[in-house]
Amino acid sequence: MDRSDPLISVENLSFQINGLEVLRNISFAISPGDFVALIGPNGSGKTTLIRIILGILKPTGGRVVILGEEMNEFSQRGRIGYVPQKATHMDPYFPASVREVVAMGLLSQKRFPRFLNRQDEALIDGALEQVDMKALKSRRIGELSGGQQQRVFIARAIVNGPDVLFLDEPTAGVDAETQAHFYEMLAALNQEKGLTIVLITHDIGVISKHVNKVACLNQRLFFHGTHEDFCNSSMVQELLKGEHHLVCHRH
Amino acid sequence: MEDFLSYGFMQRAFLAGVGVSVTCAVLGVFLVLKKDAMIGHGLSHVTFGGVALGLVLYVAPLPVALGVAILSALGILKLKERAGLYGDTAIGIISSLGMALGIFLVSLAGSFNLDLFGYLFGSVLAIDAGEVWVAFLLALAVLITVAFFYQDFFFLTFDPESARVSGVRVRRLDALLAVLTAVTVVMGMKVVGILLISALLIIPAAAALQIAGSFKQALVFSAVLAVISTVSGLLAAFFFDWPPSGTIVLVSGILFLLLFAARPWLKRQGTGRRFQP
Repeated sequence: MDRSDPLISVENLSFQINGLEVLRNISFAISPGDFVALIGPNGSGKTTLIRIILGILKPTGGRVVILGEEMNEFSQRGRIGYVPQKATHMDPYFPASVREVVAMGLLSQKRFPRFLNRQDEALIDGALEQVDMKALKSRRIGELSGGQQQRVFIARAIVNGPDVLFLDEPTAGVDAETQAHFYEMLAALNQEKGLTIVLITHDIGVISKHVNKVACLNQRLFFHGTHEDFCNSSMVQELLKGEHHLVCHRH
Repeated sequence: MEDFLSYGFMQRAFLAGVGVSVTCAVLGVFLVLKKDAMIGHGLSHVTFGGVALGLVLYVAPLPVALGVAILSALGILKLKERAGLYGDTAIGIISSLGMALGIFLVSLAGSFNLDLFGYLFGSVLAIDAGEVWVAFLLALAVLITVAFFYQDFFFLTFDPESARVSGVRVRRLDALLAVLTAVTVVMGMKVVGILLISALLIIPAAAALQIAGSFKQALVFSAVLAVISTVSGLLAAFFFDWPPSGTIVLVSGILFLLLFAARPWLKRQGTGRRFQP
């Protein structure tokens, strides 16, 4: 794959379920180093789009090329990190330690039988250090606060050193201060490590501060471009109305 | 204790009992956390139909029951997937059909066979050397398979969607877990019987979950609790002439209640499962 090639390219993507159109003719590309916010109202198909890009759902039309491979033949699972929406709604009683949760992330890189070795333990420690959670390595995940759990799920998603990280509303149910810290950590991963980030969010604060690209979805892709173009677009100005200054004013 | 182990039948009961209970306890942790705990219950009822089929056809009931249980385990998964049924509904359909088949065949044979009674309530003290070998080898095969797929099963249990994104073959693993459960249920029917085998799949795992701080701890605690229950049941059978299968399950129930009651105390000690508001 050439450096100038897009990391992810979505072409004429459509998805229907029981005859109902969820996504219509979506096309866009994500370049290496982008921090993309995918926004749209509830039921606009944001999660469906991410699930298709990740290969969880099959599209009814169009294609996804990711890291130079067609999604349905994609083999480089270790180069993708994913933090699902329900990570914030996990069973608080599940008996998994922080270390065990992060170890799951190594699975995609390991050959069968996937026994962990000393090198893997070092990778787990490294990922936990990056999210400042190493001290709580032996704690049960359900004992942690929502914000701490999110950091652990990020550690799980980045333990392989992926090229791109997908997050689906990662801060749902987390307080505002924790959210701010969380997004600063994401921004650091994006800027310092060059990690490409695709984030589904309802949080306009993150759009104003950290992202460089915005994709606005509601069955169709209404807008995809830079943060500046997004703010200058008359459609967006109309759509956001009173919230426009919150989203577009860079702090 | 020496007396206990000097009898051949007790040695066989001990080996088969420990093998079966450890296997049940380990698989049980995955099943309980996947909210699939009742699959063992369902498959044990199907096994009744398989045993009856074997007895009516005058062929060895164990392989027939094994085949029927494995096919039923895969059938439950297919029903869940294709018919859009909830897991417990699919289990309910297959298990009652299995039980109905058993009743039908027994009635066709014209008598309630004594052998069938042994399968229903367990006959661990009457287990022969060949059956011990079969149970022990099957237990070993199940445990080795779980060890090899440990990380995959763990990820599948915790977060199936992310597991899929990581390249874990979720459907195949679900099928493998169901087949391992079917094998375990069939080999466990001689030890605690068809009617109580699901207790060994559920109760030690549920008890371990009261205190475990990690997944590995949950597996180890569950296995230890299952062995304590089984050994206590066999000792009670030997010394007091109590029914071994019923005693094994009652002891595991008592252990569950003790750990359930101890949870608030463990919470204060900082080692238990703390509730996160």
